[in-house]
Amino acid sequence: MKKYLSFFRLRFVMGLQYRVAALAGIVTQFVWGAMEIMIFRAFYQTDSAAFPMTLSATSSYIWLQQAFLAFFIAWMMESEIFDSIVNGNIAYELCRPVSIYNMWFARSIANRLSRAVLRCFPILLVAVFIPEPYGIAAPASFLHFILFLITLILGLMVMVSLCMLIYVLTFFTVSPQGLRILFNSTVEFFSGALIPLPFFPEKVQRIMELLPFASTQNVALRVYSGSMSRNEMEKAIVLQVFWLAVITLIGKGLCKAAEKRVTVQGG
Amino acid sequence: MITMEHVCKSYRIAKRNAGFGEACKALFHREYETIHALSDVSFSIHDGEMVGYIGPNGAGKSSTIKILSGILTPDSGTVLVDGRIPYRNRLEHVSRIGVVFGQRSQLWWDVPVIDSFALLKDIYSIPNTQYQQSLEELTELLDLKELLRSPARQLSLGQRMRCEIAASLLHRPRILFLDEPTIGLDAVSKLAVREFILKQNKTFGTTVILTTHDMQDIEALASRIILIGKGRILMDGTLDDIKKGNGDIDRTIAELYRSYEIS
Repeated sequence: MKKYLSFFRLRFVMGLQYRVAALAGIVTQFVWGAMEIMIFRAFYQTDSAAFPMTLSATSSYIWLQQAFLAFFIAWMMESEIFDSIVNGNIAYELCRPVSIYNMWFARSIANRLSRAVLRCFPILLVAVFIPEPYGIAAPASFLHFILFLITLILGLMVMVSLCMLIYVLTFFTVSPQGLRILFNSTVEFFSGALIPLPFFPEKVQRIMELLPFASTQNVALRVYSGSMSRNEMEKAIVLQVFWLAVITLIGKGLCKAAEKRVTVQGG
Repeated sequence: MITMEHVCKSYRIAKRNAGFGEACKALFHREYETIHALSDVSFSIHDGEMVGYIGPNGAGKSSTIKILSGILTPDSGTVLVDGRIPYRNRLEHVSRIGVVFGQRSQLWWDVPVIDSFALLKDIYSIPNTQYQQSLEELTELLDLKELLRSPARQLSLGQRMRCEIAASLLHRPRILFLDEPTIGLDAVSKLAVREFILKQNKTFGTTVILTTHDMQDIEALASRIILIGKGRILMDGTLDDIKKGNGDIDRTIAELYRSYEIS
């Protein structure tokens, strides 16, 4: 366990070095968040009763999404991992007494966490001072806040375990490009990154909520503003744990199979 | 004790001729060629031996090292390193060996070398006192004092290679695999690396297997030479066996390759 913590630490510290990138990210996310809220405002002005979430809840959803973008964005995968498979540096990683899967998992979590830590506070701080209903509202209750934190972490882990599948599959496909493109658009659409899932037609939504992609950002961002019933929240958390277990197991199995038939590229 | 018996390993390689038309054709029908990197390789190496593993490019040297270090799984044959099957219990095996791939880097690019070392300490679960001791020894022998605090990306090739070798020895492995450890080094660094490897072998009885194209490495280090060509072991003996008179070592080896028709 200690070795994976060390990986985590090193990666985390490395991530904190990139200050300019963080600043640029913060600005982008502000503009993006403001733009989204303006679009939603226009929709709400026509008929606010037609929407499943209040404008205030939607605004909170969007600001939290922007603040924790690094947790849930699909394309934020580590090029170093892909490179090591494609150019053969994986040879060195296989020479270490560590599980490849656990090591990559630890560093992916660390990477996303370090980026989010740098970015979330300025965004949240400013969003708090934006007037109702365009800013971020207080959580529905203290319990909702605690549940928000738990589902946020669970969502991050589900996201990383999904990315792990792509890393591991690269062992079999030689180049990661095709898989990544497919993965990115699937996750964006089904996770509620483009539009919150409640905005989809009810039948579609019901199926989407069962998919592993919904167990990433969808749960935490909706729990926060209290727009899920107690029953729905319970179901969502169980699903998160379920998908985390299933996807991790599949990933580990694939990783084992890959290690057996690995070919080190480039001599 | 390292033994390899009747080990075979082959790769499948997609091949096509040059040109756009050929590339389009390959979209629908791909031709594969099977390359036998190792065919029926057998040898055994005793504890404390220093073995030079030589052969022309593409002979199967690196494949052998990768099988011995548990990275690749052979198609057939048996491999035993100190009673362990490398590719079967990879985690247990690799904690007791050290590997240096001269063409690759194991140091973290963006952080000071000493941070990479500290990470390796945790990876191999090296006790504090032993780590300090190893670090001091290696720092002195490989002259690393000035290098440890700089990020790996800012070191020259020779400086980095010295750090790479130190990184592979922190956990005091009893067996050391060196895949072209002196590639691209200047004369001073080469001498330092050679001297260091010799000392490791003398003091700790470390078994060393090294592949190289630099015949001076072989002259300085290897008491035994295994020659491989086209995936087969062609000769297993000492430097004196192949040396005739006082001829130039590179010439002698080239002659040898030619006589086996492997170059």
